[in-house]
Amino acid sequence: MEKFTCLTAIAAPLLRINIDTDAIIPSREMKRVSKVGLSEGLFAGWRYQSPGSRAENPDFILNREPYRRAQILLSGLNFGCGSSREHAVWALHEWGIRAIIAPSFGSIFQGNCVRNGIVPVILDNAIVETLAQKIEADPEHFRLTVDLRNCTVATPDGQSWTFSIPDADREMLLEGLDSIAVTLKRDAEILAFAERDRIRRPWIYLPERG
Amino acid sequence: MGQTLIDKLWAEHAVADLGDGATLLYIDRIFLHERTGSVALKGLEAAGHAVRHPEQVFCTMDHIVDTTPGRTDDTRMPGGREFITSTRASAIAAGIHLFDLGDDRQGIVHVVSPEQGIALPGVTLVCPDSHTCTIGGLGALAWGIGSTEGEHALATKTLAVRKPRNMRIRFEGQLQPGVYAKDLVLHLISRYGASGGTGYAIEFAGPVIRALPIEARLTLCNMAVEFGAWTGIVAPDETTFDYVRGRPFAPGPEIWDQAIAHWRTLGSDADAVFDREIEIDCTTLGPHITWGTSPQHGGSLGDAVPDPAAEPDLNRRQSMQRALEYMGLTPGTRLEGLPISAAFIGSCTNSRLSDLREAARLLRGHKVADGVKAICVPGSSQVKKAAEAEGIDKVFRDAGFEWRESGCSMCFYAGGESFGLEERVVSSTNRNFENRQGPRTRTHLASPATVVASAIAGGLADARKLQGS
Repeated sequence: MEKFTCLTAIAAPLLRINIDTDAIIPSREMKRVSKVGLSEGLFAGWRYQSPGSRAENPDFILNREPYRRAQILLSGLNFGCGSSREHAVWALHEWGIRAIIAPSFGSIFQGNCVRNGIVPVILDNAIVETLAQKIEADPEHFRLTVDLRNCTVATPDGQSWTFSIPDADREMLLEGLDSIAVTLKRDAEILAFAERDRIRRPWIYLPERG
Repeated sequence: MGQTLIDKLWAEHAVADLGDGATLLYIDRIFLHERTGSVALKGLEAAGHAVRHPEQVFCTMDHIVDTTPGRTDDTRMPGGREFITSTRASAIAAGIHLFDLGDDRQGIVHVVSPEQGIALPGVTLVCPDSHTCTIGGLGALAWGIGSTEGEHALATKTLAVRKPRNMRIRFEGQLQPGVYAKDLVLHLISRYGASGGTGYAIEFAGPVIRALPIEARLTLCNMAVEFGAWTGIVAPDETTFDYVRGRPFAPGPEIWDQAIAHWRTLGSDADAVFDREIEIDCTTLGPHITWGTSPQHGGSLGDAVPDPAAEPDLNRRQSMQRALEYMGLTPGTRLEGLPISAAFIGSCTNSRLSDLREAARLLRGHKVADGVKAICVPGSSQVKKAAEAEGIDKVFRDAGFEWRESGCSMCFYAGGESFGLEERVVSSTNRNFENRQGPRTRTHLASPATVVASAIAGGLADARKLQGS
C-alpha cells in the first residue's frame, strides 16, 4: 500500500451531510470485478449531465479549476455512509484524493480509506466550514497541509489544528503496511485461540470439506 | 461492574489486545456474495494467500443475478455475467460453501445465513456488505466490512477492530396492531439522524423487542447501519433458540445442550453500564415513511412534508431542501395519498416469509391500482418455496404483483432494471439515496404493509385503513 506522510494540496469543499457511497460511486459504474478503472464513475450522478452520459456538469466542484487537481476533499457529517463498497475508496484514490476532512465518516468507509492510503481526518464542523470559506476565496493558493506524522491540518495563513486517528490506522498509513502480513506475525496466538475455543464452543467448528 | 452483551462477545473472541482500544477478534463465520466477494477472493489469490478454514466460509449469488423467472448467468446489468462466473470459479477453487444459481439454498445473504443456521447466537460473522448487522437480530456480533478486510478475514480468520462504544436503546410499551419493526427503526433514524449511532454498537432491548419474532428483529437490526451504528444486536432468548433449532448448519442434538447453555449467558448484566441510553415509548407509534433522500428524512405516514425553513441547523436544512427538490415535493403536502407509480417488496430488510405472509394477508381480495408497477421478490429460494406452498404467490399474482426469483433485485440500480426517471416508488428496502433505485427515481421507504396498501390505493396509504383487512 502507498505510504502517506505529509501532503500539501488543493482542497475541494463538498459540504453536504450524509454523502453516501452510492453517490460516491453508483452501482451502475461498478462494471468489472476489479479495483481499478473506477475513477471515471466517481460521483457520476453529480459529475455528469445525465445518467450514463460523460458530458460534464460544469457546476460540479470537481469539474472546475483548480479543484480538478484537488487531492484533499472536505465534506459534511457522515461522509461515506451506506454501502460497504470499497469501490468508493478505490474510485476516490484513483481520481487523486489522498485525504478527506469531515466531522464524521461512515464506519466501514473510514476503515476502507485506511486500507487504501487515504487519510480520514476528523475535524469539527465549524472548522471544516471555516476552511471551506477560505478555500473558496482562493482555492489555488489556499492549500491545506495534512501532516500525518504530527496529526495536524495546517493552512497557509499559519493556523493549525490537530486531529486524532487510531494508532494502528496511523501506523498502517505511514508505513504502507500489509495488514495480513502484520496479523500473521501473531499466527501462533490465533492457532492457540482456536484450539482453546474448539473445546469451549465445538459447534462453531464445522466439519472440514472433503 | 457488569458487562454488556457486546463486552462479553468481544472478550470471548479476543485473540490479542492490540493496544489503543483495538483487539484482534476471532471471526467464526464469513459470508461473501458476487458483488464484493469476487473481488476479495481474486485479491487473495493474487496475493498468494489461501482461505483459512474454507468450511466456515459461505458464498451466495444475490446482488447481480436477475430475479426474472428463467434466469441464467446472463444479466440485465451490463457486465453482470463476469461477477457471477468469476465468483463461482473463485469459490470452487477456494473450497468454500457456494449457494449458486439453481441451488435451493440461494438467496440474499442476510436472509440465507439465519435460514441455514450459519448465523447463530454469539458468533462473530462478517461479510463485505453493510447490512451484515442484520444478523444481530439473532444475538450474533455481525458487521459489514470492506473487501480488503474481507481478504484479511479469509486469510487469517481474524480482524483487527477498535471497540465501539456501547449504546442501549430500550423500546418501551407495546406496538399497536399494524405497526412493525420497520416503523420502529424508521422512527429511530428520523428522530436521531442517520449518524445518531456513529461510533456505537447498539443493543436493542425492552419489552417491545422481547415480543418481536426473530424475523422482525432481523429487520430492526438490518437498519442499524442506516443509523450510522457499527452494528446492532438483540440478546438471544427462547424465541431465538426455537428459531435456530434444527437448521442445517446449527448445532446438532449431540451438542445442542452445550450450545444453549452457553447462549443463555449471552445478555447484558443487570449492572452493566452503557455509554449512552435511549428510551422510546412505542405506545403511540404509527406507520412511518421517508419523504427524502436519507433514511433520516422520515416521519409518521400521517404527517405532511416538513418545511426546511423550520429546521434550525443549516446543514440539515440544506440537505432537506436538496432532498425535496429531488423528490419533487413541497412542504406541507400530505404524505398519505401522494400518487405512486411503483411498489416494491423485497431486500434484506423485508423479504422474509413473515413479511410476505403479512403482505398477502392485506392484499387478499384486492387489486393493484392501475398504472402501478408492483413487484415482490422473495428474499431466498427457501422463502419463495415456502410462500408458494402456502399459496402466497397466487395472492400476489392475482392482485397484479410480479412474483420473482430471489435476490437483491431492484433494491438498487446497477444498470439493469430501474423504476424510471422521477417515478415515485414505495419500497420495503433500506435506502432512499439519490439514484439508488434508478436514475432520479424517488424512493419512499416503508413496511411491506404500507407498500401493499399503497399499491392498492395508487398512492401512499395506511394499511390500517384498508377495507376488509
